[in-house]
Amino acid sequence: MNNNYKSHSISLLVNNKPGVLIRIALVFARRGYNIDSLVVSPAHDEHFSRMSITASGDKKTLEQIIKQLNKLVDVLHATDHTTEVVIEKELALIKVECSTEQRTEILQISEHFKCQTVDITEKTLMLQSTGNSDKLDALHTLLSKYSILEMVRTGKIIMARGDTST
Amino acid sequence: MATKIRDGAQAIIDSLQQNDVEFIFGYPGGANMPIFDALLDSPIKLILVRHEQGATHMADGYARSTGRAGVVLVTSGPGATNTITGIMTAQMDSVPLVVICGQTITPNLGLDAFQEADVSGISYPVVKHSYLIKNPNDIPRVMKEAFYIAESGRPGPVLIDVPKDVAVAKFEPDYNAELQIPGYKIPTHGDSARIAEAADLLNKAKKPILLVGHGAIISDAGKAVKSLAEQMRIPVTNTLLGKGAFSENHKLSMGMLGMHGTAYANMAVLNCDLIMSIGSRWDDRILGKTDEFCKNAKKIHVDIDPAEFNKMITPDCSILGDARLVIEELNTMIQPGDTNDWLKQIEKWKKKYPLKYLKKGGLKAQFVLDELNRLTKSNAIITTDVGQHQMWAAQFCKTTGRYDWLSSGGAGTMGFGFPAAIGAQLAHPNKLVVAVVGDGGFQMTSAELVTAVLNKLPIKILIINNKYLGMVRQWQALFFDNRYSGVDLEGNPDFVKLAEAYHAKGFRIKRNADVTRILTDALNYNDGPCIIDAEVEKEDNVFPMIPSGASYDKMVLERPKKKMDKPVGST
Repeated sequence: MNNNYKSHSISLLVNNKPGVLIRIALVFARRGYNIDSLVVSPAHDEHFSRMSITASGDKKTLEQIIKQLNKLVDVLHATDHTTEVVIEKELALIKVECSTEQRTEILQISEHFKCQTVDITEKTLMLQSTGNSDKLDALHTLLSKYSILEMVRTGKIIMARGDTST
Repeated sequence: MATKIRDGAQAIIDSLQQNDVEFIFGYPGGANMPIFDALLDSPIKLILVRHEQGATHMADGYARSTGRAGVVLVTSGPGATNTITGIMTAQMDSVPLVVICGQTITPNLGLDAFQEADVSGISYPVVKHSYLIKNPNDIPRVMKEAFYIAESGRPGPVLIDVPKDVAVAKFEPDYNAELQIPGYKIPTHGDSARIAEAADLLNKAKKPILLVGHGAIISDAGKAVKSLAEQMRIPVTNTLLGKGAFSENHKLSMGMLGMHGTAYANMAVLNCDLIMSIGSRWDDRILGKTDEFCKNAKKIHVDIDPAEFNKMITPDCSILGDARLVIEELNTMIQPGDTNDWLKQIEKWKKKYPLKYLKKGGLKAQFVLDELNRLTKSNAIITTDVGQHQMWAAQFCKTTGRYDWLSSGGAGTMGFGFPAAIGAQLAHPNKLVVAVVGDGGFQMTSAELVTAVLNKLPIKILIINNKYLGMVRQWQALFFDNRYSGVDLEGNPDFVKLAEAYHAKGFRIKRNADVTRILTDALNYNDGPCIIDAEVEKEDNVFPMIPSGASYDKMVLERPKKKMDKPVGST
């Protein structure tokens, strides 16, 4: 529909207070931007929280959203990192149905992706994987030919490289 | 000085006094009783309203006519939700309000307690900021922040939700508490390089115009704008809310532009080679068809809100900063321009396409307002609702003073004008205040007649009474084949008798011949409020008109013979 439609990585530094998340979510909702993932955690100064958001939509709308976010009194800064080289990490837990015969095969994939096996039963296997989102997507695709029972992903966290602040 | 033990309610009132609050517009209820009690021991005057929406519009009128935050005090639940329309109205037009709401006790929050509403939650999309105070120690800081946030930068409403247990809690308030708003930044001076760039564009322009908006009024840029316009001899147009930033009686003024702006202002927009917006947000009523708007002209945008840049249009030069400071600096860089030909062209348009109306036949709203303008010598605070009367007032009542035009622009709130006039008259007891309202809008807040009578406010309420919701009717006539749906206000009260029922004075105008005499009598009536019921022609239309979403070359000066296309713009 729109050539500019793509996924964006946004980081925010916000006051660590009730209600802040709603105000931020409202800005995205109002302009019809879907939040694909959201991670909130305390910053190194406990008065503030870090948010990493991935959301998809067109660039012009996102520019407006970033400006609207920066206008919120509770937001110290909001930045779109899509075009920058930043460190991005995500963690996934994937539970696969796994007969004894399939186990070796799945563990081979697991080893290739440097996953940790965090739970193992007669019928299931739970893998933990960390890395960038593309890697987790690839793992997901490969495991899809087996029966995935559940998958949980933390969503992407972002940090700027070197002495640039996020 | 030893700090005294106070309760939360007293600390709130102390804080209001420290902010030199004169009036509180309010309505009591269970949850705000402690604050009403504390108010008894304070010099702040309570204006008891009859509906909370009225309170917010009064505070809004006070704020728009002074530049200082208007203060509202309501109770929880329905008391608080009734303020939302007024808060949204203030937010859309950048008006500073501090709205204090009572709330159920903190242990009951979220338990569906009596008269509980998550009002801070409801407020999020329509406020500049909002607070729910859970700790009484936060009161002095929150109150300070609320006024600071409401009044500074691009102003706006701030809501404070105060649970009743917080209002009665005893504590030692620290009135020197520091603000904790690290995320709040206010632009002041503009970037000098950008300003020089703007000066260069202005110096090169042959057919420039200035577009002044509410931001120019808020920042008190009037003097600087006048100096810029006069030095460079640039004609000036204003937005609806920019009325008063630059005297509309000035030779360089073209009055309002846009959907119902003057023909000559709109023709200047269509033909200019540079347009410089000073504190206007390029609202859709101004742009018409966005991608056609001033297509070949350079655009300069001065705004204090960075989110306004590239929102509606992409300017050639944007300057972030306070309008007054930016224009003052700009004025040191400009050269007197040669705009003679351009000004002559505009004079020709002014002569050829003046604002006009038929002087024969039934009573004309335009004539009533034209006479009001003449009799008041363009020196009155005019407030309006929204609709035909608003546009006619904007066209015919020339605004000359910074705080003389109070109208709900962005929100287009019916019922705004009369309560806003109450707030303005309280702030300016010696000024002439005229509320120009429609018969529809007035009935939305007419209960505040009591408030005006009790406070002996000599407000002139001029009802442009066409017994229709006139603007909607106009659209139904022009774009919906005259199929009138839900616009006939059959059953209106007798407004003169309504005035008398409230112990106010009522006047009625029915004929063009009576306008001057009756208006003069009404303007000289100062024993409290009066209603002037002007029974105008029922089916008159506002022109000029650029249909919503259409480009400027689609402007019509009168009703076209053939049917008009349905507008593509939203409303």
